[in-house]
Amino acid sequence: MDQFLQLTLSGLTNGAVLALAALGFVLIYKASDVINFAQGEFLLVGAYVMFAVVGELGWHWTVGIVVTVLVAVALGMLLERFVLRPMIGEPIISLIMVTIGLSSLLKAVVSGIWGTDERAFPSFIPSDPINVFGATVTTDKLWAIAIAAVFLVAFNLFFRRSSSGIAMRAVADDQQAALSMGISVKKVFAMAWSISAATAAIGGIIIANILGVSGNISGVGLQVFPVVILGGLDSIPGAVLGGVIIGLLQAYTGGYVGHGLNSIIPFIVLVLILMVKPYGLFGQEIIERV
Amino acid sequence: MESGIFFSDYAKDMALRRTHAEKIRLVLAILFAVSAPWLASKYQLTLLNQIGIAAIGAIGLNILVGFTGQISLGQGAFMAVGAYTSGLLAKNMGLPFWAAVPIASFVTAGVGAFFGIPSLRLKGLYLAIATLAAQQIIQWVITHWDYVTGGVDALVIPAPTLFGQRVNGEFKFYWVILFCLVLTIIFTVNLFRSKVGRAFIAIRDQDIAAEVMGVNLFQYKLLAFASSSFFVGLAGALTAHYRTIISWERFTIETSILYLAMIIIGGLGSVSGSVYGAAFMVLLPALLNNFGRAMHGTIPALDQIIPFLQQGMFGIVIILFLILEPEGLVKIWRNIKDYFRLWPFSY
Repeated sequence: MDQFLQLTLSGLTNGAVLALAALGFVLIYKASDVINFAQGEFLLVGAYVMFAVVGELGWHWTVGIVVTVLVAVALGMLLERFVLRPMIGEPIISLIMVTIGLSSLLKAVVSGIWGTDERAFPSFIPSDPINVFGATVTTDKLWAIAIAAVFLVAFNLFFRRSSSGIAMRAVADDQQAALSMGISVKKVFAMAWSISAATAAIGGIIIANILGVSGNISGVGLQVFPVVILGGLDSIPGAVLGGVIIGLLQAYTGGYVGHGLNSIIPFIVLVLILMVKPYGLFGQEIIERV
Repeated sequence: MESGIFFSDYAKDMALRRTHAEKIRLVLAILFAVSAPWLASKYQLTLLNQIGIAAIGAIGLNILVGFTGQISLGQGAFMAVGAYTSGLLAKNMGLPFWAAVPIASFVTAGVGAFFGIPSLRLKGLYLAIATLAAQQIIQWVITHWDYVTGGVDALVIPAPTLFGQRVNGEFKFYWVILFCLVLTIIFTVNLFRSKVGRAFIAIRDQDIAAEVMGVNLFQYKLLAFASSSFFVGLAGALTAHYRTIISWERFTIETSILYLAMIIIGGLGSVSGSVYGAAFMVLLPALLNNFGRAMHGTIPALDQIIPFLQQGMFGIVIILFLILEPEGLVKIWRNIKDYFRLWPFSY
């Protein structure tokens, strides 16, 4: 029981990070139909900016989070303007490749500045062991889940209540109709990229706080695919639920089965989902038979 | 003053080499290929061999992605299947080189067709993600099936023998690679003059229309996956025997991306483009490396950032090509030719 609780908690932590990364991914896909292979690098950039501000400059962690989010927003806008906007209307393979190119470039810039060695992250979240239902867990994991949950709720409110959020949903639904209602589609694209980069950066901070900063953080980018396929590529609740399910699944297979199967189980799930229900749990089904 | 190339009968239109310039270039290419190993230094020959193997793999991938329109991120894994099958056949069963390589290619074709089954239901990015899963799963099998593949340890393969001669060293292997590359090119160029190849192109351009015109989508998509994987497996098998030591790290998702970059930069749906792209992607890091070594005296710190420079340039080149010339090197070459043909009245 102790092990089960431990695994559940670490699975939830992992799932929370995956959910944050997947949320940004879904946001970009919904708004602009672009599959972002550089999502993992957004996490990487977030983690390293936080590391630079808090660990190297020694500023307070609140400042660190604000700076990280601002950098991520600026990065997202820049990329949208200078890389993605010229690509509007290009075939899918070009869109996939351009984000792959971005991921390579971002990774190179980050490792060019900070090197590739794994470093200790300036831990700002307390990680004392406490007792939860008889299982000993460290508080940083609980904090990670809480932070992720706060952001997820905030995004949900943003999309339901704020006019920008509603504009984004409108563009996702029908670009032409949104344009004719006076919504600037360009602005919405820029917003989608910057919000996505910001959520990913938060995810990066959380994961770096638990595991330390290294180039491995960008590996989350690939694990996002099973999450979004499971939840449905264009569904925000799907991204959250998918993240939690995949995170738990990985923790349980890692704990009970072993053999490194936890690294591959998300992809096995991915193939099964694609075979049985390609649009995922909550994805919009576009029926096209060939 | 000509304004373009026009043919007055069908035989000329259907010929493989249609103009005098093309025939002359073919002769030049043959001269280059035959004389290169005698003129090139050992280092240059190494690069040529790498380009040759990469070109075979890139042509294979282009059959699937560029001609049939099915995006695959599983290239690295399929190469691994070819490499490990051929290597294990040669090492454990003592099969000769000339038998192990074709068998490995056929095995890879089978594996490729199997992982092509989802393409029946999935299109575009869903298929891309499915092939990404194939990449991860095959990679996991290779690293965990210790009993057969040796797991994460490197696989050491004996140097091959052909006609009673040991094929070792760059010079001898050059001819093997050249032979395979020429066969691959001839097969692929002719494939797209046949019914099967035309069906592939029809699927790429409009799959529903192709189905309506009597192209059996499932059958032809699987055939595209199989024929593509055959050459990818060939490239993998050649890699195995050329390097004589292989490990799973050579065939990760990064390899898949590298090959996709080759065909994007060379030109999607073009055999010559695949070769240009392969040459470009092999030469780019090599040139950067030499540049770093040459500048070692002036900027000592450059040496350390060369790996990052290579990775960054890789990304920048992909992005710039996609934004500035999405049709790749082939289109640039065509533009140059057009410019001079119509010069000085280019409009």
